[in-house]
This record gives sequence, structure tokens and C-alpha cells, in this order.
Amino acid sequence: MALDDQKSVFKFVGTRPDRPDGLDKVTGRAKFGADAYAAGMLHGAILRSPHAHARIVKIDASKAEAHPDVKAVVTRADFSDKVEFKPGLAGEFWNVLENVMAGEKALYDGHAVAAVAATSALAARDALKLIEVEYEVLPHVTDVDKAMVADAPVIREGASDYSVPEGLHPNVVRYHESGHGDVEAGFGEADLVIEDSFTTEATHQGYIEPHACLASLGGDGKGELWCTTQGHWIAQKTCAALLGIETAQLRVTASEIGGGFGGKTTVFIEPVALALSRKANRPVKIVMSRSEVFRATGPTSSASMDIKIGMKKDGTITAAEGIFRLQGGAFPGAPGDMTAMCAFAPYDLTNVRQVGYDVMANRPKQAAYRAPGAPMGAFAVESVLDELCNQLGLDPLDVRLKNAAHDGSKASYGPTYDQIGLVKTLEEAKAHPHYSAPLKPGQGRGISCGFWFNHGGETSVSLALSGDGSAQLMVGTPDIGGSRASMALMAAEVLGIPYENIRVTVADTATLGYNDVSHGSRVTYASGLATIKAAKHAVEKLCERAATKWGIPVDAVKWEDGCAVPSGPNAGDFDPLPLADITANMGATGGPISGHFEATPEGAGVSFGTHIVDAEVDPETGKTAITRYTVIQDAGKAIHPAYVEGQYQGGAAQGIGWALNEEYIYGEDGRLQNSIFLDYRIPVASDLPMIDTVIVEVPNPGHPFGVRGVGETGIVPPLAAIANAVSNAAGVRMRDLPMSPPRILAALKSGDG
Amino acid sequence: MSKLHVSTTVNGDSVEFLCDPRETLLDCLRDKLNLTGAKEGCGTGDCGACSVTVDGRLVCSCLMLGVEADGKDIATVEGMADGEELHPLQQKFIEYAALQCGICTPGVLVAAKALLEKNPNPTEEEARYWLAGNLCRCTGYDKIIRAVMDTAADMREAS
Amino acid sequence: MTVKVHLWSGLRALTGEQAVVEVEAATIGDMLRELVRLHPALQAPIDAGVSVSVDGRIMASDLTAPVAAENEIYLMQRLRGG
Repeated sequence: MALDDQKSVFKFVGTRPDRPDGLDKVTGRAKFGADAYAAGMLHGAILRSPHAHARIVKIDASKAEAHPDVKAVVTRADFSDKVEFKPGLAGEFWNVLENVMAGEKALYDGHAVAAVAATSALAARDALKLIEVEYEVLPHVTDVDKAMVADAPVIREGASDYSVPEGLHPNVVRYHESGHGDVEAGFGEADLVIEDSFTTEATHQGYIEPHACLASLGGDGKGELWCTTQGHWIAQKTCAALLGIETAQLRVTASEIGGGFGGKTTVFIEPVALALSRKANRPVKIVMSRSEVFRATGPTSSASMDIKIGMKKDGTITAAEGIFRLQGGAFPGAPGDMTAMCAFAPYDLTNVRQVGYDVMANRPKQAAYRAPGAPMGAFAVESVLDELCNQLGLDPLDVRLKNAAHDGSKASYGPTYDQIGLVKTLEEAKAHPHYSAPLKPGQGRGISCGFWFNHGGETSVSLALSGDGSAQLMVGTPDIGGSRASMALMAAEVLGIPYENIRVTVADTATLGYNDVSHGSRVTYASGLATIKAAKHAVEKLCERAATKWGIPVDAVKWEDGCAVPSGPNAGDFDPLPLADITANMGATGGPISGHFEATPEGAGVSFGTHIVDAEVDPETGKTAITRYTVIQDAGKAIHPAYVEGQYQGGAAQGIGWALNEEYIYGEDGRLQNSIFLDYRIPVASDLPMIDTVIVEVPNPGHPFGVRGVGETGIVPPLAAIANAVSNAAGVRMRDLPMSPPRILAALKSGDG
Repeated sequence: MSKLHVSTTVNGDSVEFLCDPRETLLDCLRDKLNLTGAKEGCGTGDCGACSVTVDGRLVCSCLMLGVEADGKDIATVEGMADGEELHPLQQKFIEYAALQCGICTPGVLVAAKALLEKNPNPTEEEARYWLAGNLCRCTGYDKIIRAVMDTAADMREAS
Repeated sequence: MTVKVHLWSGLRALTGEQAVVEVEAATIGDMLRELVRLHPALQAPIDAGVSVSVDGRIMASDLTAPVAAENEIYLMQRLRGG
């Protein structure tokens, strides 16, 4: 089902040139969210609830308002009252509004209740102390299993949508069930059935750049917003709705973005800064502190899961069942459905059933984090598979190969797979020297597969040629990890001009049509596809100009190596006409030449990976060292292989953090206890080995060059692969993440995880 | 609270500013001198995105007060290149794709430069421990460490 | 033409336990409209967001994509990414 005749021989694609924005980013010149200033600018600060759950009885801001340095104070009353509450995800704008500024109740420790704008950052911070809030503290719940029991405090009545069966607690807001076959019959055919339960804690995306924005909104309803975001159009749309202004009147410019990983796909401070600016009639800048980032943005869901898998002695899986309960903070949205759909997706199963719950608790609203929902499910499922292999004496890679989904397999979530690369990644894993390398005493090896859907999304790209033959490419997806380079490579491939002659700009919302967020591993796929199409559109026009010049029909002209040439001997005898020769006269031969493409590409192509990990556990301290790590993943086609490797390595490193160290720790009072990087420890350079990568290329039929997204799949296998390595090293099954030293010591002591 | 007058040298230039005694050196570099290359990732000295050198010593500028900079010699990422000529580390970071989002890059570069000045021939382990104070969430450090090690080798050969 | 739409099992409660619903449709948009006409309770999940898999290719949002009798069609919950 190819969109085009798929290209497989490339001149630029697959090379590793310097990224176009490299110089800016190594010299400190690149402007990130907090690097913008405006004349007359005020600084905003946000007052946050110290309680996990409390009714807001009264907010008295009169002292703050009276202070000469304070120019505006806002509360929920300063936002639109037209945003409608709806159950589940149908009323997502209301959910976002309620999250960025509390209404009747503070729903978690760190929930915004008021904000000020003052003449300096220090003055704004000081002014927060002048705002008096009277709270009526309510009972709270932060644990997913506890939030589902009968006497759990209700976060919000009426938040459950159509999907939730009768009789569940009101904190269960969405329910998913899918699968096929007859699992009970399947378990009956098994030689061994293992049933086990697992938990993972919430982790934060941990981008190093805190949220930051600079907003300006006048009484005329016209506004400007500069912010660090994965998607400035969704920021525009959301802010406009929350402020009650017209979308087109708000121009949003995306700054350089200092990491997102899903956490910058929504808004937090942006509507607040706009509301303050509207009230103060001056530009307002807000920059979050790290503690605010931890307490009030992200994190991912925590999870509690039950898995049951049956296997024959030869390794054939006869049936698989999973129950996945995901806690997503005080709002609907925990991706229990995604967890359920992805958990068994790597395997060709006759009998499978999966159930996902979306559960609310008194925690910050979960945000997407790299393949949202998938890593937790993979951890639980692949741990049970590992245990089945151990108990049946089977090689874990052979068992995965035996059961692997392939072209034509029925996916656990329903449809039949098209061309997929899982088997290739497993074969590469088996052939990799890592898999057969001897282990030292105290070390264990683990493997895991992982699956992610990938996404296309609304996309709009423009390409404008200049008189001298250079090209400007305007894309709408913020460059998180080198996408300017991959876009320029794809445009160069089509235009046939040097990579260096293409300038890629992330356009603002006023200069390009709507673009979906840089998420779902969609940028190289969708913006890439649109770039190729926009460049082809420009090439069509270039060919038309050549045809006119030569006086031959346009279909007698083709584009080759950056030149218009006659398509064959019958077309006439003309010298190749280079792009720059055509653009030099374009003003006098029909006007400027641009190419455009706008669409919602639907063919992202699912992606699989297999990871191999060696871990060494210190029995004295319980500390785990990752001693070797190999990522094998299908990229479809790697446009800039160095940045593909970078995505694989980054996904693995984040997975290592999630598996071993990172967790949200709540006290009995429902307050987050580790809201700085010292206490929430992400992997540092001395924690990690080099991370080997193998790029498998099984082309995606839905992209002209075969691209599949690569950003997210890499975080799916690590939790399980590391848990399997640690369990094999320690001789006890680890069922709860993170596998922190105290937890491993306790498991070693009890002889059972 | 009245502001204090500070005279200091940044990247070889003499500069002066007025600051609140509570403001950090990072605040002053960014908000008063428009040197936004140093970033605030945490404000608690844990992430290293604000790394600068003060009289040649590597510090987190978020942990030092602006007033403490008086009379000191500060170097930031903006002063790393010699005019158009990038420092070999800067060049190598681009070549190795040792950055993805780039927010940690200024701090990592300043820290790596300080490492190579102190130890021109670090082992991989030494480089990893030296840079342990510079958090990167994108790369898994692989390409960063390779870029630093390769720059060190090149610089040893050149000297 | 008549197309067969496979539903995820959580939806069966809304369709009188039917796992596969046959509707007359030429595009995904037609198909969703017909599904609601036959089973009004499906309005809620469709409003909450669905994707449609046509022969294994997941259509996140395109209502104009063609569907035909020979296609394998699955209704899926809308995908979200990070």
C-alpha cells in the first residue's frame, strides 16, 4: 500500500552531515524558552497548593494587589467560563483549564491556585506570600490500587465516561477491553501457566529545560506567545479556548526546546501568563522552577498490573491475559488503553485478552512520556515470559522468535500486521556478539521486545526557492532532536541541491497551516513526508518552467540530480537546466516558486525493538550497574543515522533511570517528597556504559523513503530487559520498579522479589 | 532591599551591573548581561546546565551569588570560541551528534573544557565521573563521551 | 457497499454483544455515521476519539479514507503519542 513508488537508492539520505542548528547550540546562541525578554516585561509566579486534596474556601489577594511592585493577580475567575466540562477525555480543554488553575478544589500538592505578575522575579516570588488562601483539607489518595477501592476519596464525580462498567469506583474514569480467541481454553492447553503481579512508579520526563514562556495579550484580544513546547498550534488552540479569545488572534512561536519526551505536548504556565498579561496590560514572563516542574507537570502514570501467560514445553504461548491499572493524577487520561493494546503486541497469539483502567488520584495530571503506557505493560509481560523461559529451561530469544509477530500476524489489538520488522530485530539480537558474550559472576542478562504504534498527524510544510537556487523549508514541528537535519536531507534528496543550501525554519502559527505536536514519533515520518511532497511540488513547477523555455510538453521533462532534463531522446536535445538557472529568472517566468503540502498522513507504520542488557548486582549494597547495553530497533529507513542512534541511546538511558532509580515518592500527607534532581535521580554519565545500537531497516510502506518513527519505541523494552537481567543476576524475581538498592536488598534478604 | 554594584570580567570583557543580594550569578549573567548561554535546569546545583568557570574553576552559577562575582574572572560558553573559530570540543560535538535538544550542551561544553585543561588525557571513566554533574536527558551520554575523548586525543596530537 | 467493522471487546456492551457490525459505507466517515445510526450508544466512544485500522494501516483521523468490502477494518481507541 505504498504512497509512491518507494525510493531505495539515496544520495543524501543515510549520510551524517552536521546539523543546521549545530553552531547555535554549541555557542549558547540558540534561544530556548527562558531566553526571551521584552520591553516593559513583568515576571509571573504561581501560588501552589500545599495540600493533596482541599476545598478552596477563600482566596484573599488584597495585600498582594496593594503592593506597588505587583501589577496583576489572577485566579480561576480570570479565565473563560465557556469551557465545558465533559466526562473522560471529551472535555480535555476543561481538564487542562482545571489543571493550570484550580477551581473549587486543589487536587494535588502543587496545584496552581493563583498567580501574580510583578516587576521582578524576586518581587513576584515575594508577592505570593501576601496571598491568603483558606483551605478545607479533604482526605486524599495517591496510590492506584487504593484509589479504586470502595472507601477511597472521590476526586471528581461525573468524570467517568461511557466505557466504565457499572459498579466501579468513580475514580475509574475510562475502561478498555480487547483481545481475541478464548484465553481460558488457551490456558488449558499450556504446560505451564504463570500468573504474577507488578507495579511501576510514576516517573517524570525529566527534560532539563523547565517550562518557560513570554506572553503578551492586549485588550483587543490579540496576543503573542513565545514558549517551549512540542506543539505550538495545540498551545495556540488551548490557550485561545482557556482565555476566551479567537485562535487566529494569538500568534505562538516555539522557542528552541530543551527536551520534551511528551511532557511539553500540553500547556501549564502559558494560559496563566496570558491571563496576567491581559490584566496587567504588559508582557509577562513565567519560568518554572525545577520543583514546580516535578510537582505540577508530567509525570507519567504509575501502574499496577496482573499478568497470566500459558506456555507449552516447546515455548509456544497458548494464551495471555493482562489487567493494567494506570493512575494518571486528578484527571482522566492515564493511558491504560495504550498499555493494554501494546503489552502483547510483539506476539502472534491465538488467545489474548487485555483490560486497561484509567484511574484518578491526588497527583499531578499525567502527561505523555515517550510511548505513553507501553513501557509498563512490556515490563510486566516480558518479566512473566522470562520466568516461563527460566522454569521451562528455554532460551528467551528463541521463545520470542518462536512467538514473534510477523507480516500477516493478527495483532493483539485486532488488525493484521502489514510489513513489520520484529523478527529481523530478534535475528539481529541473536547474531549480535553481545548475546553470546560470557557473563562474569554476579552478572545477569536480560532481553525484552517492545512495540509502539507511531503516529502521523496533521502536517503542513512549505518550501520556497530563492533566486540563487537555495531553498527555505518551513516546518511546524519543533526540532527536539535534530529534525532540521533530517528534513534538509529529505528536501536535498528530492531537489538534488546540496544539503547545506537548505535552511530549515520552525515556522510560527501565523506563517504556516496547522501542525500537530512533535509527538508519537511523527516528525521524521509526517513532517518528512510533507517535506518530500512539498519539494516534489516545487520540482513540478521547475519542470514546467523548463518545458516552457524549451517549448516542449511538461511531461517531456524530468528532474535529475538538481536539473531539468528532457525525459528521453524524443523529447528534444537540451542541456540539463540546473535549479539555480531556473530560479534566477523565476520572477520573469511566472513568479516565485514554492512547494506546499498539507495533509494528515495515515501510514506511520508500527515499530518494534529488542534490547539486550547485562546487569551486575552488588549483594552488599543492592546497587545495580548496567555493564553492557545493546539496542536493536527497526527504523524503516534511517534518514540521519547518527540521530537515529541518539534516539535509541536516549530511550535506553531513560528506561535505565525508570527501572533502577526514578520514582515519585509521596508522604503520608500526600506531598511529593523528592521534587529536586538531587532526590529524583536521573542517570548521570558515570551511571551508564556506552549504548550499542543496531539500526534495522524494514521499510514502512506508508512513507516515500520507508521511514518509521524511532523516538518512542526505544523506551519500551528497557524496563523489562533490565528487570530480567537484574532478576537473573540476583536470583530473585523483581516485580516492582524502581529496583532501587533498598528494594533489591530486601528482595535478596527474603529470597523473593 | 537596595542593590549592590558589581564589577567583574566576563569572557575577557569588563562589565558592571547592579544586583539584588539574593540574585545568583546565573540570574545576573542572563538577566543583566544578556548572556543566556548558561541555562537554569534546576537552581540547586544538580544539573550543571549553568556551568561557568570563575577564576578558572568550574562552578554552577546558580549556586553562587551575583555579588560574589565582584573582581572575579568569569568564563561562559559564549566565550569558548575564538571569534569564528570554534573550540575543538564545540566542533566535535556537532560532528558527533553529541547533542539532541541542546539545552545541556553549553554546560557540558564548559565542564568538558575544564576537564581537558586539568587532565588532557582522561580515561573514559574519568570523563564520565567529571561530567556526572552535567545532566543530559536526551543522549544517554554515549556520543558526548565519545566526542570528549576524541577531542582530547586530537588536542594532545595538536599540542 | 457492505463493510464489516470489528469492534474492540469493550464496545460489545454498546452493540448488544455484537463484535462485528456490518454497515453500508464507502469512507471511514460514512462508516462511523452508520455505526452510530445502527447503534446510537457508539456515539460516546466515537466522540471520545477513535482511530480506524484498514488492512493493518492505522488511520488516526482521516474520515475521507475509502473502505471496501474486502478490507479488514478495526475500530480502535484513538492513539496518543509522547
